[in-house]
Amino acid sequence: MTSFPGKPSISVEGVSVSFPLYHGNARSLKKMVVAAASGRLGQDRNQRVVVEALRDISFSLRGGDRLGLIGSNGAGKTTLLRTLAGIYEPVTGHVRVEGSVNALLDSGLGMNVELTGRENIMLRGLYNGMPPETIAQLEDDVTSFAGLSDFINLPVRIYSSGMVVRLGFALATAIRPQILLMDEWILAGDAAFLERAKHRLEAVVRGADILVLSTHDQAIVRTWCNRVLWLDQGRIRADGPPDEVLEQYLGHKLDPLPVEAEPMAV
Amino acid sequence: MTTTSIPVESATLLDLHADMSFSARQALAISDVAKGSRLWRLAWTLGWLDIKLRYRGSMLGPFWLTLSTGIMVGALGLLYASLFHMDLHEYLPFLSLSMVLWGFLSAVVSEACTTFTEAEGVIRSVRMPFFVYAARVVIRNLLVLAHNIVVIVVVFVLLSVAPGWDAFLAAPGLLLWLLDALALSLLLGSFCARFRDIQPIVNSLMQIAFFMTPVIWKPEQAGHRFFLLQPNPFFDLLQVVRAPMLGTPLDGMTWLGALLYSLALWVIAWLFFIRARGRVAFWL
Repeated sequence: MTSFPGKPSISVEGVSVSFPLYHGNARSLKKMVVAAASGRLGQDRNQRVVVEALRDISFSLRGGDRLGLIGSNGAGKTTLLRTLAGIYEPVTGHVRVEGSVNALLDSGLGMNVELTGRENIMLRGLYNGMPPETIAQLEDDVTSFAGLSDFINLPVRIYSSGMVVRLGFALATAIRPQILLMDEWILAGDAAFLERAKHRLEAVVRGADILVLSTHDQAIVRTWCNRVLWLDQGRIRADGPPDEVLEQYLGHKLDPLPVEAEPMAV
Repeated sequence: MTTTSIPVESATLLDLHADMSFSARQALAISDVAKGSRLWRLAWTLGWLDIKLRYRGSMLGPFWLTLSTGIMVGALGLLYASLFHMDLHEYLPFLSLSMVLWGFLSAVVSEACTTFTEAEGVIRSVRMPFFVYAARVVIRNLLVLAHNIVVIVVVFVLLSVAPGWDAFLAAPGLLLWLLDALALSLLLGSFCARFRDIQPIVNSLMQIAFFMTPVIWKPEQAGHRFFLLQPNPFFDLLQVVRAPMLGTPLDGMTWLGALLYSLALWVIAWLFFIRARGRVAFWL
């Protein structure tokens, strides 16, 4: 495997991603065959309904960049994160990502509630290509952070909701990548409540060379990011320093940051 | 504040263009299989946990598989031996072997359809080689096969039938099965992710194939209608593993047929996988 020590980068050029909407007939082979036989397929193909989730997106990031993605629901923030993570391959354009990536896209991330805590931790390690020794380390780290000592061999199904959140959070933050792609779930709800959770998250964010964060929380954007992309219906509406773009987005001047929200030393 | 976060050791490169040429797509498919093979430990764990989950909390665990196959073979054996007027001593080893091997084949075909749909949550949250999911389906079914082999052993021991050294000639056939199963999981897995009505179609075809293929009846019984077996890929594939174990002679045509059918499957599966690999995440 090629390694890029110390110089991770992201380059996105003219990327569009669209989702074909498979509703009704397009999901069925039988109906497609019937349509083809009666000469309707060509027409179908041209009229295929697609949702253009990202349209002609270009930007590039290098070490030290902390990009915040803002925009209303459905603006394409999560799709862009998934595209950077290599889950969706672009329909047009070019995506190049150099460096190890960890994408915290949804709290479940393959967590299977029927499996025990230990099995879930082991799977996460294996998904990250860890050798057994590192997985043992991961298990200790996650178990002690999430406080699961007595429950580690029981199925996640019987955990309290607080324990599930802690396990998900501990797993997500146990891996320290060069490029961190983060959806806002990890900041929301009960995850950021604990002081030590906040410290842990900040350590991972600080440890990453590049951060791409999707959020609605302007205080987070202002403290954590040094660049902001405003996405609107899949297009880049504005790209620049956080305060500038946030003011355009909100349509009014920003209040000075509250004292306790000190900008993070990056 | 220090954390004990674990660094990710291997850095990666992701370089995706739209409108790639065939060879560029093929290179991505090859790297998918190569990287997926390196994650064999993950595929093994996924397959094993699938079995464990299916039988968690039951007393016998995965040996329920063994028990139910055993009962099935016993009941069918008694019934058909009397219907076909056959010697139980000769028929039962044949039936146990056939049922267990067919069970593997039909489960692989049927479960290949859900290779990617069952992993939807993971596919949509992390980039993983798709080959891992195919390997998981195959490993899961190999584990089931391993549990069912006990039935064959018990029948052979009870009736004191020894398979002889020729049984080892089944090994190349099993290897062929393994490659076919992987190819089929990639092919049907992506095809069924796109078209959701394939799985019921596949399942009913397998039902027909079960009766059309000499599984519970012997190939010799086809008599002058033997030509009906010629176009059946399952017949050749079943024979290359089963015949050596029963010590029955195997002609070159059967092997040739099995190889040609497999080759066709590999080519189709590979071409389809090259095309579909980048689209599967959109289809889920």
